[in-house]
Amino acid sequence: MISQIRKLGDQGLNVCNELGYSGIFLFRTLFHKPRLTKSFPLLIRQMYAIGVLSLPIILVSAVFIGMVVALQGFNILNKFSATEELGQMVALSVVRELGPVVSALLFAGRAGSALTAEIGLMKATEQLASMEMMGVDPMWRVISPRFWAGFYSLPLLVIIFCAIAIIGGYLVGVVWLGVDNGAFWNNMQASVDFRIDAINGVIKSIVFGFVVTWIAVFQGYACIPTAEGISRATTRTVVYSSLAVLGLDFVLTALMMGGW
Amino acid sequence: MSNDILVKVRNLSFSRGSRLIFDNISLDIPHGKITAIMGPSGTGKTTLLQLIGGQLKPQAGFIDVGGHVIGDLNRRQLYRARRDMGLLFQSGALFSDLNVFENVAFPLRAHTKLSESMIRDLVLMKLEAVGLRGARELQVSQLSGGMARRVALARALALDPQLMMYDEPFTGQDPISMGVLVRLIKRVHDALGMTSIIVSHDVPETAGIADYIYLLAGGKVIGQGTPAELQRSQSPYVEQFMHGLADGAVPFHYPAAAYQADLLEAVE
Amino acid sequence: MNNSKWMETTVGVFILLAIASLLFLAFKASDFSRLDNKNSYVVSAEFDNIGALKPRAAVAVAGVKIGQVEAIKLDPQTYRAIVYLRISDRHENIPMDSSASILTAGLLGANYISISPGFENQYLGNGGQISDTHPALILEDMIGQLLFSMKNDKAAEADKDKGENT
Repeated sequence: MISQIRKLGDQGLNVCNELGYSGIFLFRTLFHKPRLTKSFPLLIRQMYAIGVLSLPIILVSAVFIGMVVALQGFNILNKFSATEELGQMVALSVVRELGPVVSALLFAGRAGSALTAEIGLMKATEQLASMEMMGVDPMWRVISPRFWAGFYSLPLLVIIFCAIAIIGGYLVGVVWLGVDNGAFWNNMQASVDFRIDAINGVIKSIVFGFVVTWIAVFQGYACIPTAEGISRATTRTVVYSSLAVLGLDFVLTALMMGGW
Repeated sequence: MSNDILVKVRNLSFSRGSRLIFDNISLDIPHGKITAIMGPSGTGKTTLLQLIGGQLKPQAGFIDVGGHVIGDLNRRQLYRARRDMGLLFQSGALFSDLNVFENVAFPLRAHTKLSESMIRDLVLMKLEAVGLRGARELQVSQLSGGMARRVALARALALDPQLMMYDEPFTGQDPISMGVLVRLIKRVHDALGMTSIIVSHDVPETAGIADYIYLLAGGKVIGQGTPAELQRSQSPYVEQFMHGLADGAVPFHYPAAAYQADLLEAVE
Repeated sequence: MNNSKWMETTVGVFILLAIASLLFLAFKASDFSRLDNKNSYVVSAEFDNIGALKPRAAVAVAGVKIGQVEAIKLDPQTYRAIVYLRISDRHENIPMDSSASILTAGLLGANYISISPGFENQYLGNGGQISDTHPALILEDMIGQLLFSMKNDKAAEADKDKGENT
């Protein structure tokens, strides 16, 4: 009994320890000495590795999610003979929820795990240590460009996801199921408010981008530098960031619905 | 006399968790010489290099490199001090996202504002010194283990450090690349007039080029002297290590209950 | 070098794609263009009852959308609802004596405001007021009235029958 309480206390301390350490880590990432001319090419490189290489999976999922929402929505709306509201339904569900959340989950799986594995491997092969020994802070050379690239990439991916998903919904709703083209777009325009719905979606994506990338680079940097340690850290990245995205999504939605 | 000592280790103690790795040891690394730190695996030879490089902090005692107490420096001073040190990692630790040329150019780009043509000349000089000028366009993944270590050596030498540290440079090399590395280390040392520390457990290769050897085991310095002195040493442990005997001061068997008793116990 | 050029190009394309998507969301999928304060003006109208009218509901003339409901307030003196309508500059020739009514799109659809143009030569400008208004038709009230009048009719008929019998 006592040993179990002790175990619990021990785990609690571990969690606090890790949170504190990751906080310091974040602070160092954000406030490292900026060297714009040297950092910019590194950022571009990481934007490519993180953003551009995530684009295919985002595009494909967006088309399918838009199509399936339109298909499901059509069948339900058909019962109320309100199929002309399909555009509104697709656009609102994609822009408010599906776009930010699904993109963030895919991003955690595609880019987040790759980030953790890459940084973990650099740690395991002593690349980070050798960089330090050369008097170069791995924070600005390795961690910071990856962090910022992830932070910038996810909102861009979410915006693209939303647009493509709406086009997917259009393909199924209008082209295949025969909803009136004008009604589809007009109802969408009448009900989607750019400043409220679209901007809130982008705000969510900015928060998700921040959290997912933070978790990914931290798990890579703090992992145990062995093959097993890296694989565990990669799993943790995907699990933690997925949970964080879903939890934060609820909190943000509640704030946005309640406050505005 | 003390001016000739570049690295002073005094009363150093360090432990990982409950395991004591260094127990109050003191060493001197003389200027301009090749000093070898030898000992069986797991005696913390690599840890000593990490302590000298400031990646770890000693729990007691201090390390003085060229007048700076490494443990007391702040981050900025430490990074400055490290520009005078080169460390050749056991794995080479080349940056896998850069090619050979860019790997060697990395410290130059990070610490100097040299023009691109100057950097090119310097990198080619360093690569020529390790005999890999022709391999400059290769990716790191295309290099063999020995080549990777030579590129890493060129990179560590890029800023012409005063103090060069080699972490197990001979481990896992075939005889040819081992011979190449031994000659290279000796040649570079003589040509650049620097101080070298070699951490290794490969006795013949290390003894062949070292001026002075410290033998570590169980957190203590158990023997020191020139290679010839150590070869002649009567201390049972030193003798066992230098001549690679299977049984001696370090027993062949891990401590266990008597063999016979153990077997009989299983029957019961 | 070639490699880094390829990266820069694709990152550029990536960012352009995101900007294009944002424009698509702004102008094709949402009403960003209609919310522009510069190219529109606001008129008000008082109603006895607005039913289920909500901000951002459509304002239409002859079924053509010309603007949207900006805000809804309650007049504390008269207890009538004041509805502010934001109308696009393209439709600036709405006569002063036009009337506004709250209608329902379909049987169960959302409420919207329909403006029937009057005949005057003077037009509504920014801050203008539509005085001739027709309140929303509340379905429950209508059914209630219908039932009530049917009852009355029955009672009247019964009275008539009685009168004839006597």
